[in-house]
Amino acid sequence: MQELVNRAKALLADGIVQRVLGWKIGDLAYNPEPAFFETEEALSDFVYNGFCGANLSKYMIEASKKEGKTLVFLKPCDTYSFNQLLKEHRILREKAYIIGVGCMGKISGEKLKEAGIRGILAVEGADAFSPADSLTVKTLYGDKEIAYTDVMLERCHVCKGKEHKIYDEIIGESRDTADADRMEAVHAIEAMSPEEKFAFFQSALSRCIRCNACRNVCPACSCRKCVFDSTKFDSAQKANVDSFEEKMFHVIRAFHVAGRCTDCGECSRVCPQNIPLHLFNRKLISDINEFYGEYQAGDDAETKGPLTDFTLEDIEPSDAREGGR
Amino acid sequence: MKKIEKANLSALFAAITEEASLLLPVKNGGMTNFALWSEDAEVDLDTLKTVKSAKDAFFPQSETLYHVRREEGKMQITPGERMDEDFVLFGVRACDVQGFAVLDKVFLSDPVDSFYKARREHGTVVAMACHAPEESCFCHTFGIDSAEPGADVDTWMVGDDLYWKANTEKGAALTIRLSDLLSDVDEKAVEDEKANIRGIMEKLPYASLTTEGWGADAQKEKFDSPLWEELYKPCLACGTCTFVCPTCQCYDIKDYNAGEGVQRYRCWDSCMYSDFTMMAHGNNRTSQMQRYRQRFMHKLVYYPANYDGMFSCVGCGRCVDKCPTGLNIVKVIKAFAKKEDK
Amino acid sequence: MSVEKEFRPKIVAFCCNWCSYAGADLAGSSRLAYPADVKIIRVPCSCRVNPMFILRAFEKGADGVILCGCHPGDCHYSTGNYYARRRMTLLFSLLDYLGVEEGRTRVEWVSAAEGVKFSTVMNDFVEKIRSLGENVRLGDLRCKN
Repeated sequence: MQELVNRAKALLADGIVQRVLGWKIGDLAYNPEPAFFETEEALSDFVYNGFCGANLSKYMIEASKKEGKTLVFLKPCDTYSFNQLLKEHRILREKAYIIGVGCMGKISGEKLKEAGIRGILAVEGADAFSPADSLTVKTLYGDKEIAYTDVMLERCHVCKGKEHKIYDEIIGESRDTADADRMEAVHAIEAMSPEEKFAFFQSALSRCIRCNACRNVCPACSCRKCVFDSTKFDSAQKANVDSFEEKMFHVIRAFHVAGRCTDCGECSRVCPQNIPLHLFNRKLISDINEFYGEYQAGDDAETKGPLTDFTLEDIEPSDAREGGR
Repeated sequence: MKKIEKANLSALFAAITEEASLLLPVKNGGMTNFALWSEDAEVDLDTLKTVKSAKDAFFPQSETLYHVRREEGKMQITPGERMDEDFVLFGVRACDVQGFAVLDKVFLSDPVDSFYKARREHGTVVAMACHAPEESCFCHTFGIDSAEPGADVDTWMVGDDLYWKANTEKGAALTIRLSDLLSDVDEKAVEDEKANIRGIMEKLPYASLTTEGWGADAQKEKFDSPLWEELYKPCLACGTCTFVCPTCQCYDIKDYNAGEGVQRYRCWDSCMYSDFTMMAHGNNRTSQMQRYRQRFMHKLVYYPANYDGMFSCVGCGRCVDKCPTGLNIVKVIKAFAKKEDK
Repeated sequence: MSVEKEFRPKIVAFCCNWCSYAGADLAGSSRLAYPADVKIIRVPCSCRVNPMFILRAFEKGADGVILCGCHPGDCHYSTGNYYARRRMTLLFSLLDYLGVEEGRTRVEWVSAAEGVKFSTVMNDFVEKIRSLGENVRLGDLRCKN
């Protein structure tokens, strides 16, 4: 981590960048926050560890409006989002100096708590570049041991690989932490009867509290004014009623990022109610791959997205649904 | 002081539902929230903090105020229903109990909110002391004792028993109704448990957090502070903190076009949202910095100014647990304390 | 409330101005029958229909939604229906995935000369929705009071 700080200080000192976009140490073991650092002194609060799951690409929209370059630290999967934002002209490449940081899979406080660990005071072994196989968690109620992979974010279990898709330089080793099939859950739902599917999503979405965290954290959701915030149409409904509103919101949210979603997994990471939101996005990705050929959003910043493109021979909606889909 | 064996809790819940509905922490999809009890509900009294606070029971996230329909060429207005049945809210923690006191000041002072009042009158709160406080807790900062919540009924889970003590008339009435299931016991075990809880509270990471420097008098100085400009930056402008908060009480009133008529409803609003307090002339807070500042100024300055110095944060720590970018009220309080130290 | 009535589905048909709406006109002027349950909404191009339109129709009480546009290759704006085709393919697949009964949504290409096809398609679609019954999964309960 010190290497990152030193490099950031050097770039600031040389005037190559005006500010640094990274993570700032939290006040608990697991809550670092995204932060801008403008001075070398401020960088004393810089941190990069296993809890730095936040994808910083979206903050580059604001940073692109500022004077001078911003040094941004991007993990391999974050670089896909960066590319996608570049493709959509939401950020400027020349305003960014990208240090691709190594990533060994990210963990979260929520995952520790899901594993039944409470009263967390300190976590040992969550180092960013050389994490321990087993974390030691100091709690109010004694020390607990837990395997690193057991508290990894869902997205890390289906890691897209350790390659940075865009960068100026790379610091630190990465590893491919994938140990599960990305589409397994999607196919399992596809195999259900309509009644079972409906019951599954109804149950998951009934937990939704309409906090919009999934939308606001999403690097692909970058509209200046979301249709769900607009007071001019009938769409800005905030009622939390067990009928239709959540479904409408989630279908539109997922569909609006179809073909642009890099599957960065931020939506599922931030959901306070642990709704598996990635299941919506992955269904669309799975369909796009099947109907229009393999496509990974954010792989580069040039190719046309599947929904801004077509071929004369595209599958008809009616044919796409045959076969018990 | 009464007690009941943990193994008999289902019988207790069943007995409660004979005359009232029962809301208590229930697990769904791994997340625990207050929900109606039924025999198949997965009751979860071990999770300290439900995702959403218990305020839903009195101030639901959405409720209908009235319907307007056109019938035979005339407008028909039907008022929304006020709660008219008793219910019991079981397993509320001390912080949420104090949260109700915060809401009471707002909704029960003139003009009284009849929807809230009806729910309050029909609800009996059975609180539960926090056997194992967590790192994000800081209720002591606001003078709350998690060992003694002070609701209609307080309970303590000690070993295999649930200890039960009524504090109010409502609580006593419920206790009498359930007396067949509860047996008398002395207070020894509970006194030990209280000492244990208070001991843990002293060891929490936020044990020394104070609200010094905040309150009604700090308005100008805090409002004008340049610190907000630094603090708000990671904020995503989502409403997670507001919607999990036991004391946030801002709401929006909207009309839903139901085709045959209009349903006027109110729903929680979040000061983090861009249309918060939007009026015909526009919005009086135009930047996220202003909106972010509003949340904490409201909790730590404006509310105490309006209600005799009472803060509208109860230190439950849900925002600490849930903020997607690791922001929370504690970081704000600490940042100001650090600034003032310099 | 009213006594039990025969189920009359509410069908929303989005028809593009240049082909399908003219097809509907032709059906009418050719005295071809199609059920009055079908409410046509004219749109400039099938591509104008965004997913919100479809969902909103269901929310407000539609039992089935059908999108009609020019045949691929015949779009008045050259390519609009190709984009619409991709969108609707994905949207309808996503709705199926959420457990909405397959068949509540449909896309048909109907040209201005195909009055017969318009009538056949609508009769068939209404029959399908009748067999599926009332839409309960995508409607807003508040609209049913």
